[in-house]
Amino acid sequence: MRNTLNRRGFLTGVLGCSVAASPFVTPIALASAPWDNRLVVIILRGAMDGLDAVQPYGDPAYAALRPTLARPEGMADLDGFYGLHPALAPVLPLWQKGELGFVQAVSTPYRDRRSHFDGQDILEAGTPGLDAGGARDGWLNRMLQAVPGVVAETAYAIGREQMLILTGAAPAARWSPDARLRLSPQARLLLERVHADDPLFHAASDQALAIVDGLAAEAVQDRAGQDRAGQVMAGQVMAGQVMAGAGGLRGDHVRLAQFAAGRLRGETRIASFSIGGWDTHGNQANFLGRALGRLSDTIITLREGLAQDWDRTAVICLTEFGRTARENGTRGTDHGTGGAVLLAGGALRGGRVLGDWPGLDESDLYAGRDLMPTRDVRAHAGWLMRGLFGFDRAVIEGAVFPGLDLGADPGLLL
Amino acid sequence: MPFDPTLAAIRFGTGLSPRHAPPRDAGAMLAALVGPDGAAQAHPIAPFSTAAPSLRAFRSLSRARRAALGTPQEAAAEAAFQEIRLRARDQRTVHFHATLARGIMTPDGFRERLALFWADHFTVRARNAFGGHLVAPYVEEAIRPHLTGRFADMLRAAATHPMMLDYLDQSRSMGPNSPAGQRQGRGLNENLARELLELHTLGVDGPYGQGDVRQLAALLTGLVHDPDAGFDYRPRMAEPGAETVLGTTYSARAELATVHAALDDLAAHPATAAHLARKIAVHFVSDDPDPGLVAALRDRYLATGGDLMAVYAALFDHPAAWAPVPVPVPVPVPVPGPVPGPVPGSAKVKPPFAYVQSALRALDVPVARIVALDLAASRRWLMGPLTVMGQSWEEPPGPDGWPEEAEAWVTPQGMAGRIGWAMDVPGALLETLPDPRDFVRTALGEAAPEAVRFAARAAESVAEGIGVILSSPAFNRR
Repeated sequence: MRNTLNRRGFLTGVLGCSVAASPFVTPIALASAPWDNRLVVIILRGAMDGLDAVQPYGDPAYAALRPTLARPEGMADLDGFYGLHPALAPVLPLWQKGELGFVQAVSTPYRDRRSHFDGQDILEAGTPGLDAGGARDGWLNRMLQAVPGVVAETAYAIGREQMLILTGAAPAARWSPDARLRLSPQARLLLERVHADDPLFHAASDQALAIVDGLAAEAVQDRAGQDRAGQVMAGQVMAGQVMAGAGGLRGDHVRLAQFAAGRLRGETRIASFSIGGWDTHGNQANFLGRALGRLSDTIITLREGLAQDWDRTAVICLTEFGRTARENGTRGTDHGTGGAVLLAGGALRGGRVLGDWPGLDESDLYAGRDLMPTRDVRAHAGWLMRGLFGFDRAVIEGAVFPGLDLGADPGLLL
Repeated sequence: MPFDPTLAAIRFGTGLSPRHAPPRDAGAMLAALVGPDGAAQAHPIAPFSTAAPSLRAFRSLSRARRAALGTPQEAAAEAAFQEIRLRARDQRTVHFHATLARGIMTPDGFRERLALFWADHFTVRARNAFGGHLVAPYVEEAIRPHLTGRFADMLRAAATHPMMLDYLDQSRSMGPNSPAGQRQGRGLNENLARELLELHTLGVDGPYGQGDVRQLAALLTGLVHDPDAGFDYRPRMAEPGAETVLGTTYSARAELATVHAALDDLAAHPATAAHLARKIAVHFVSDDPDPGLVAALRDRYLATGGDLMAVYAALFDHPAAWAPVPVPVPVPVPVPGPVPGPVPGSAKVKPPFAYVQSALRALDVPVARIVALDLAASRRWLMGPLTVMGQSWEEPPGPDGWPEEAEAWVTPQGMAGRIGWAMDVPGALLETLPDPRDFVRTALGEAAPEAVRFAARAAESVAEGIGVILSSPAFNRR
């Protein structure tokens, strides 16, 4: 049952999306986003070291566990106990404004095997394990299933990666900014002609061109502000080569964030994509710094791109598990258990590191090696959805995260 | 409906080629299949058992690397480990190019289609951190030798293969009452047992229940893949006692023969025949296949004890296999204006790999050019675009493999991927592009739709002419 039903439902959704782009239907006719708030879910693939990103320098055991990684110089103090990794310094102003926050010592229910593959599947499926029912849909999709009137544009999976988190029976759109379309006006006309008799191809190609044109128009607008208007003709822009964003940030992650922001300014309310590069087994100081830099660029790009909609937005960054409390022999860390969540957005009640700190003494560690998770990370995601979109507790605990006890409200939002 | 050579090459092969005439008749297609495997000889892929680097080599270097930490040997051990990683990565690229090249150069496209179909039926993904380059060797070892044999033999080879045992967690499963299970306090993992019934044999609607899954899982205990020792059957892990699956009670002896007996019975089951018959008809002909065609395939399977050659012959014998299939008209929301009618033609859409392969074949891109691409070029022109089109090489979304439905591929992003590739990449891989007015015949035959012929004449550049032809529904469907 797992496959067919879900896939069929999913496909219907894709078609719904295509129809929206049909020349016969104006986008307004389908404008039915059920809420005004926005949610961005970023999957940090590879297991982010939460103990390095948000350093519990106030714990007396921390420095000894991390002889080369715990370096007070450059770290920004957050609250007298936790400090921010230097590579996250660009988002420190957001912390000060209450638009950035963290949760420490959380995890999915996944334990012990510490495989990226399974850990990410469980994170995105939102289930206690993978053996039970073999659910192959994701929790964001199950959330959408609980909302009547969702159209494909309501939720966007962005990027090259398959996003299990948005896969399932509810409609959801997918786009990769890597998709390029460079077509002359004549080629467009000819494509239109060869697709005319095949509604499926016609609708999908129309929608693709509509997205590309939208991106091109955004690029033109952005450039107009920089007195370089007119250099780009709509339809001749590669979708992937939109202008570099705020402060000239560049890279795949910036393009993902720009694309997400563009959709979220329109009909889209939920966007999800992933950022890799977190599996820092060796030379972590170098590699984690780069990954956190990408994350920081991503948050800044989202904030700039969302403009006034930032105030209605929450961003949650989740990773499959944390890393070992102890530094390993190659100045890195290995796969662990408890980890950290990064939250951002104008809708956030930030400026706090949440979480019940378990301590880092030998006896406090999970299996003698990992940060002990003190709460299920799904509870935070669940409270975020409840706060942003007003779901009943029963929907979150029954359909979105089956069997989860949401527990007390951590008060994530303003 | 008589045999149609053009349709045979497109629907049952890897597409038309300026180098090879399409098949003369069904007999010629079947004869080619029982003949020598020329494509595999021209573009060899080592089978899993001799593929290099092996998992054992990987693990030994990985251990050496860990042991050398903080010693003077650290740098050398690290270098050796990185070297083997690069070797594995390059090997995977070689496999990708070889698999692509086989379908480009072969006169026997049906064999390549069968290899992809059955590899997808028995989908595996690398679960071991070092196994990314071993998927193609698994296909070469467990699937390809059995394409023309009995399904029961392919089932044995695939279901007990090390890659499958890892992928579906069988290596971790042990009888809770077995000596090993008792000692380690561990028990059954149902993953392989469930997928064997649901995906590989009876089908999701088949006549089995949770009790059968549980019993089959108990029966399969003992099968392990030890990355150092290879495939093994370990009686110490096998659940004691006799298991009963679908009403048949199997030997209580903990031995591989018991597993084989159960697999053979599953292969011979009428529900398996029905499941495979439908799956073949769906894959090759229509998402909603003619019931008579499905029944004919099922009956031939049962009458021959699952002889796959006989099933293929039944497929070619059936008129529905050659009939134009109306393209469905999706109208999920009423829209003003005329509703387009169904278009006769082919309803199936080529998945991205087959799409790219058939385009390179029609363009006659020299296979030497493909296999000589370095990783960066391959990612830029082939692997990356496949991902945008929705089919990352060897990374299907789950054990049920890639989707069949046209709607799964013809999405906005999927079409952007196809159109973008069609416009840009042929010119990057060929010194000289063919004249679009000729290419429309090369790629689609004499029955090319008038709109595509028109586009081939009217394009403002050769590259766009080729791009529009390769973006047409006529080329994307089969």
